Amino acid sequence: MSLLEVQELTIRYDDTAVVRGLSFAVEKGESVGLVGESGSGKSQTALAILGLLPGNAEIGGSIRLEGGELLGVSEHILNAVRAQRAAIVFQDPMQALNPFLRIGEQLRRILVQHRLADGKEAQARVIDMLKRVGLPDPERQYRAYPHQLSGGMRQRAMIASALIAEPALLIADEPTTALDVTVQAQILELLEEIRADTALLLITHDLGVVAGHCERMLVLEQGELVEQGATRDVFARPRHAHTARLLAAAPRLDTINIPLPSTGEELLQIEAASVSYRETGRGRLQAVRDVDLTIQTGETVAVVGESGSGKSSLVRAVLGLIPMQSGRVVFCGTALHGSVQDRPTEVRRGMQLVFQDPVGSLNPQMRVANIVAEPLLVHKPELSAVNRQKEVAVMLESTGLGEEYLQRYPHELSGGQAQRVAIARALILKPKVLVCDEAVAALDGTVREQILALLREVQVDSGLAIVFITHDLSVVRAVSHRVLVMYMGALVELAGNAALFGRPRHPYTRALLEAVPIADPEHAGGKATLAGEVPSALTPPSGCMFHPRCKYARDICKSEVPRQRTLDGTTVACHLADEI
Amino acid sequence: MLRYALLRLLGAIPTLFLVIVLAFLMVHAAPGGPFDDERVLPAEIEENIAAAYHLDEPLHKQFIRYLSGLVHGDLGPSYRYRDHTVGELIGTAFPVSLKLGAMAMLLALVVGVAAGSFAALRRNTLLDRSVMAVAMTGISIPIFVIAPLLVLLLAVRLQWLPAGWSGNVGATKFVLPVIALALPQIAYIARLTRASMIDVLASDFVRTARAQGLGTTAVVRYHALKPALLPVLSYMGPAAAAILTGSVVVEEIFGIPGLGQFFVRGALNRDYTLVLGIVVFYAALVVLLNLVVDILYGVIDPRIRQR
Repeated sequence: MSLLEVQELTIRYDDTAVVRGLSFAVEKGESVGLVGESGSGKSQTALAILGLLPGNAEIGGSIRLEGGELLGVSEHILNAVRAQRAAIVFQDPMQALNPFLRIGEQLRRILVQHRLADGKEAQARVIDMLKRVGLPDPERQYRAYPHQLSGGMRQRAMIASALIAEPALLIADEPTTALDVTVQAQILELLEEIRADTALLLITHDLGVVAGHCERMLVLEQGELVEQGATRDVFARPRHAHTARLLAAAPRLDTINIPLPSTGEELLQIEAASVSYRETGRGRLQAVRDVDLTIQTGETVAVVGESGSGKSSLVRAVLGLIPMQSGRVVFCGTALHGSVQDRPTEVRRGMQLVFQDPVGSLNPQMRVANIVAEPLLVHKPELSAVNRQKEVAVMLESTGLGEEYLQRYPHELSGGQAQRVAIARALILKPKVLVCDEAVAALDGTVREQILALLREVQVDSGLAIVFITHDLSVVRAVSHRVLVMYMGALVELAGNAALFGRPRHPYTRALLEAVPIADPEHAGGKATLAGEVPSALTPPSGCMFHPRCKYARDICKSEVPRQRTLDGTTVACHLADEI
Repeated sequence: MLRYALLRLLGAIPTLFLVIVLAFLMVHAAPGGPFDDERVLPAEIEENIAAAYHLDEPLHKQFIRYLSGLVHGDLGPSYRYRDHTVGELIGTAFPVSLKLGAMAMLLALVVGVAAGSFAALRRNTLLDRSVMAVAMTGISIPIFVIAPLLVLLLAVRLQWLPAGWSGNVGATKFVLPVIALALPQIAYIARLTRASMIDVLASDFVRTARAQGLGTTAVVRYHALKPALLPVLSYMGPAAAAILTGSVVVEEIFGIPGLGQFFVRGALNRDYTLVLGIVVFYAALVVLLNLVVDILYGVIDPRIRQR
């Protein structure tokens, strides 16, 4: 008897089936990856196992856990199974933990509810569990509220809550998607370590995660199981075309497809840019520290770093969306001052922005045609309505959207289509610089490839310079000419693509690269070589700010701020850059 | 926290000042005066009375005189209740109104939150629809219609409860006025609770709690109730104001010797100082209650507390 047996599972909403005839099994203690793009039904399957689907879902088939049927049984029976026999870790711990209750209280309630422990004993067990998931000072975290923990710590607490009642099956639904790559590696290692003989059903869109952490894998396409097998075999010899497509679009660090920079004229110079925010009652937070960067026409520069590294602040200050504390920005030979409202129209037209959330960045009450036409109304008011519509249609066409999309509203678009509209809106003014703030982070692998290809094409045709803010190093590898690595607001390394990935100079860059999960079971990356998390920017460490997490750190690193120096064309800020 | 409260109180001074100016002008703009009577007094007596109460001074002088009294905590003498200061009158009448208002507020909270929560849990069922229909009716019908209807049914026809305040009727005399005062608030709070409870029940952390095997009761009690009450809490300020205004009507209908009744009498008699005194007192009360609500907000929501 398998631990979990799913047979002919079908989930329908009204007349749309989101899961169709799905059958699979999970054995005791094994780790299975459930892979698919968004909308493939993987999360629906997870929720169905725990009986958490909304009331309007029609469910058919059978789900048996340890031999007992879970479909169609009473809430009462399900409540006994939940947490004790099968538990789940959700994607975003900020949303999934109750912000009004202390962490310890939320975990203790599980023990009390299932009559596993009470009073002092329950508290002791919770604290012990918090310690096992690696929360420093567990007594203190017991009394903490979720918002007082970092993202990684919150996810650790979430894992503690899932494992505290010692379930036989742990379902993890995209457990690391909301986290930085370094923290992702830590959390995945923790899951591996701590689950012992608890079986793991890991749901993810990231084949790199599966390659490193699952013995077997299942591939879903639009609600149907198209392939299953040992992870090694599936990666080596995918039998289904969809699996092959997913693998081809999977993040890798060894694929590059970069056009050569066209002219190499200096377009945008950023000199010693600094940004700081005033935190009420807690002093100033230094978000960006003296960053220099020059961007040329036809060039893509990626800005990478963990969350809180200041990458978005830097770019927003350059665009004039937030005030710059000090420093200078020169665009096409003119120095820029003040906020975006005070800048001349040509400058504003010359720099455009594409955001992360494609649907959220479009006005839900406007049709696509009007969304894309809006910049023209502002910057080219002399254009007649007919000509304006013509330009919009041509622009949309070039981003791959035909005339049938002109009259649609944003909610009628898929994520990829909405991002094409956002790009069309940004490009219709023929800007010189396009800033993409995590512009492909919310998109599935194959769609992400298409969007990146589109941007490349535009760049080759028009000499557009692109600044790509991202935390995804495989995207960096695929699109950028040069890479700026930031840590706590400061430049730690600025290098060409090949140099950065081939010979990273800064220990932080190395750790980032090692943490990237590689979609290859033979050389799985995703190693948690970087311990801990980014310190608070309100109390930055002395000397080199990276030294508390650096395995090479020496005495000098604690006392002296490293100066930037250039080694073989790479700018790096590390005392030991030429030794390691 | 203390600093915050003090700043808020200081910030309320301009509001209170504006209220005083408006009330002062409106009272004096009303035709007639406090000593007009059916019996016409000789001109010199009228002049003497006016001089004794400074009513012969220009309006701005009277206003400054009133303000300086107010700053010293003196609301002035009542013009009609001879030998009583406005402060004394408020001191006797307010406890009655406070009892009435507090009971109405408590009733509205308990019944409103319970009804709203049940409606949310049984969303789109007959129970939900009935609760919401009743609530809609409660909001639509004004107190001065509800109160006499309640009296007619429960006091006159069924004779279960006393119709008024007079006579030796004990605590039961509170029942009808409290219900009449609370009904619209019950309805409003039920609707608020239902809407926010539905939102909270759809949130990710409730799904987590369900995934942890907590039954509906435990989910609502430990996870959903607190966040669902936030909108209700922020309605407490306006609710207090609504109950204050409602009590003016209810006290008149049931003949309750509370502040509301004094207010109505005062207005009819052009008892300038009494009306002004009650207005200032109520305005200060509403400001204070809103401050309490804001502080409670921080107590419930830890994310606000930290700031």
